[in-house]
Amino acid sequence: MSLTAADVAEIMKILEGSGFDEVLLEIDGLKLSMRRGGAPVTDGSAGAATTSMAATAAAALDPGTPKGAAALPPPPKPGASQGREAASTDPTVQDVTSPLLGTCYRAPKPGAPPFVEVGTVVSEATVVAIVEVMKLMNTVRAGVKGTVTEILMRDGTLVEYGEPLLRIKKAG
Amino acid sequence: MAIRRILIANRGEIAARIIRTCRALNIETVLAASEADRDSVPSRLADRTVCIGPARSSESYLKVETIVQAALGTKSDAIHPGYGFLSERAALARLCESQGVTFIGPTAEQIEAVGDKLRARAAAEGANVPVVPGAAVESVGAAVLEGRRIGAPLLVKAVGGGGGRGMKLVERLEDLPAAVELASAEAGAAFGDARVYLERYISSGRHVEVQVLGDGKGEVVHLGERDCSVQRRYQKLIEETPAPGLQASLRGALHEAATRFAARLSYRGAGTVEFLVDRQTGAFYFLEMNARIQVEHPVTEAVTGIDLVAEQIAIANGTGLRRELANIARTGCAIECRVNAEDPANDFRPSPGVVREVVWPTGEGIRVDTHIQPGSRVPPFYDSLMAKIIAHGPDRAAALMRLQRAIAATRLHGVASNLSFHAAALANPEFQAGGVDTGFVARLLAARPSMEMAAHG
Repeated sequence: MSLTAADVAEIMKILEGSGFDEVLLEIDGLKLSMRRGGAPVTDGSAGAATTSMAATAAAALDPGTPKGAAALPPPPKPGASQGREAASTDPTVQDVTSPLLGTCYRAPKPGAPPFVEVGTVVSEATVVAIVEVMKLMNTVRAGVKGTVTEILMRDGTLVEYGEPLLRIKKAG
Repeated sequence: MAIRRILIANRGEIAARIIRTCRALNIETVLAASEADRDSVPSRLADRTVCIGPARSSESYLKVETIVQAALGTKSDAIHPGYGFLSERAALARLCESQGVTFIGPTAEQIEAVGDKLRARAAAEGANVPVVPGAAVESVGAAVLEGRRIGAPLLVKAVGGGGGRGMKLVERLEDLPAAVELASAEAGAAFGDARVYLERYISSGRHVEVQVLGDGKGEVVHLGERDCSVQRRYQKLIEETPAPGLQASLRGALHEAATRFAARLSYRGAGTVEFLVDRQTGAFYFLEMNARIQVEHPVTEAVTGIDLVAEQIAIANGTGLRRELANIARTGCAIECRVNAEDPANDFRPSPGVVREVVWPTGEGIRVDTHIQPGSRVPPFYDSLMAKIIAHGPDRAAALMRLQRAIAATRLHGVASNLSFHAAALANPEFQAGGVDTGFVARLLAARPSMEMAAHG
C-alpha cells in the first residue's frame, strides 16, 4: 500500500481540523510526519546545514574595518537570507520566492486552512501565500506546475524580497 | 522612548557612516538593502540586513510602505533615511508617525514646507530672509510681464524640481516665452508639477549654506557655514568650511538668517539653509532648505568636533539640543572632495564596475567616508559617489595641502574616477586663492583639454 497525494491532502485536512499539532503515521514501512503552523524543520541534517551557513556568514562579516564588535549587543537574529543560498540546484525543483518584503501568510485569513501544504498539487496560477506590506495584501502564485515538497516560510513572519517561501517539485 | 535599533533606509557611504555612529552609541542597526547591495560593505557592517527589493530604486529604496514594513518587521524603533532617496519624502515621515516608528528627521509638515519652492520662499520672506527677486508665473503672458520687471538674465525653474533639474537660463527677454513653455512641459513630465517660476540670474554667485540643528520646539543653533561653489551642473564636487574670504558681517548675517528661517518653522533635526551670495554686491539670497543630513556634513564635523548623526539621533530621541551645542567653537578649516566613479576624460560619464584595487589615504587631519574596498561593486543603478576625502588643518593652506597629498596618495583601479579632476581643481590658483564662484568648474574644464584629465583606472 502507498499514499497518494490526495491521501496526504486528506490527512492534512484532518490534522488541520483537529486539536493536534503533529501527526506521525507509519504504514507498511512508509513514515509520514506532519506538523501544523509551518514550524521549522527540526530534522538533524537540515539543522546542521543552517548552522554552518550562519557561521560562514558571520565569518564574512568583518570586512577589515574596525567595528568594535565586542562592545555590541548580540545582533538581531540573522534574516532568512541563508535559506536563499540553500535553494536547491536540482533542476526539477523550484523555489517560490517572495516578490517583495513583507509579512507572509499561509492562509487567506487567520484560522482558515492554508493555501497549500506539503503534497498539494499546484499549477502556475495557484495562490500559495500572501505577503502583506502595510495592510496591502499581495498574492503569491506558484508560477510552476508541480507538487509542494517543502514549506520554508513561517506564517506571520517577515520575509525579505527574494526569500524562498516554499519548494515545488516540478511536474513531468 | 530610547532608540535601541535603527533601520537605515539608504546605501553607500552614508549607510556606513550612520552605522559607525550607531555603534558608538550602542544602537543596533538594520540595513534595508536592495538586491544589488546585499553584499555591500554597509550590509556587512550592519547587525542585520534585510533585502527590500530589486536593484532599481523605484522598486526598493523609494518604496515608502516597504521601508516602514521592514522597520516594523525587524522591530526597529526608528528609521534613518540618510540623504537622497526618501529622506525628504513627507509620506515616509507621515507613515512613520502613524505606525509609531521614530523618523530621524523633521516632521512631515516641515518637509512639505521646505520641499515646495514657493512655500519655502514665502517662509523665507516671512522670516525676513532675503530671496532672489522673482515670482511664480501661471502663463507665458505673465512670464513676459514678470520678466520685464525683474530683468534679464533670468532663471526659469520648476517649482517641484531640485538639484538643478529643470532649470533654464534665459539671457535675452525675447527667448523667455519659449523657455517657459519648455520648462513647464518638462516639469510636468518629470515632477508631475508644471508650475515654474522666474528669478533673477546672479551671474557670479557663491553657494554658501549654513548647517542648523533644531529641537522641534523653536530652538535652533547653527554650526557655521559651508562653501559649496565648486559644482558641475549643480552637482557639488568640493566643499569647505569656513567659506573663504567672507566678511565677518556677511558671515554673521548668513548664520542669523539661517537660524531665523529654521526657528520660524520650529525645525526639528539637522538641516541646511542654502544661500546664493552675489560676489559683486555681497548681497545674499535664500535658495532652499535641505531637510536632511547633507553629503558634505563631515567638513562641519571636522571643525566643530560635533557628530551630526549623533545629534540627529539625540533630537529624534527627544533629548533636544544638548548643552554642548550652545557655544560651539569652530577650529581651523576643512575641505572635502567627492570621489565619484565618473570619467572626467569622457564628460564625467558614470563608470560603474568592480573596484579592483583601492588604497584610501591616511594621515593627520584626513578622514575618508567610504563604502568601497577592493572587490566592491559600483552598481549602475545609483549615484556614483564612492568616497569623500576630508582634510582638516589649522588653516586653509594646511587643510588644502593635506587634501592635495591625500588625493595624490589615493590609488583606485577598476573603475574610472574623478581624482584627476580634484587634483587639477585643488592646484588651480583661483581655487587656492579661495572664494571661487559657481562658474569655476566650467572655466577650469574649458581651460584644460580633457586628455589632461585622463581618469585613473
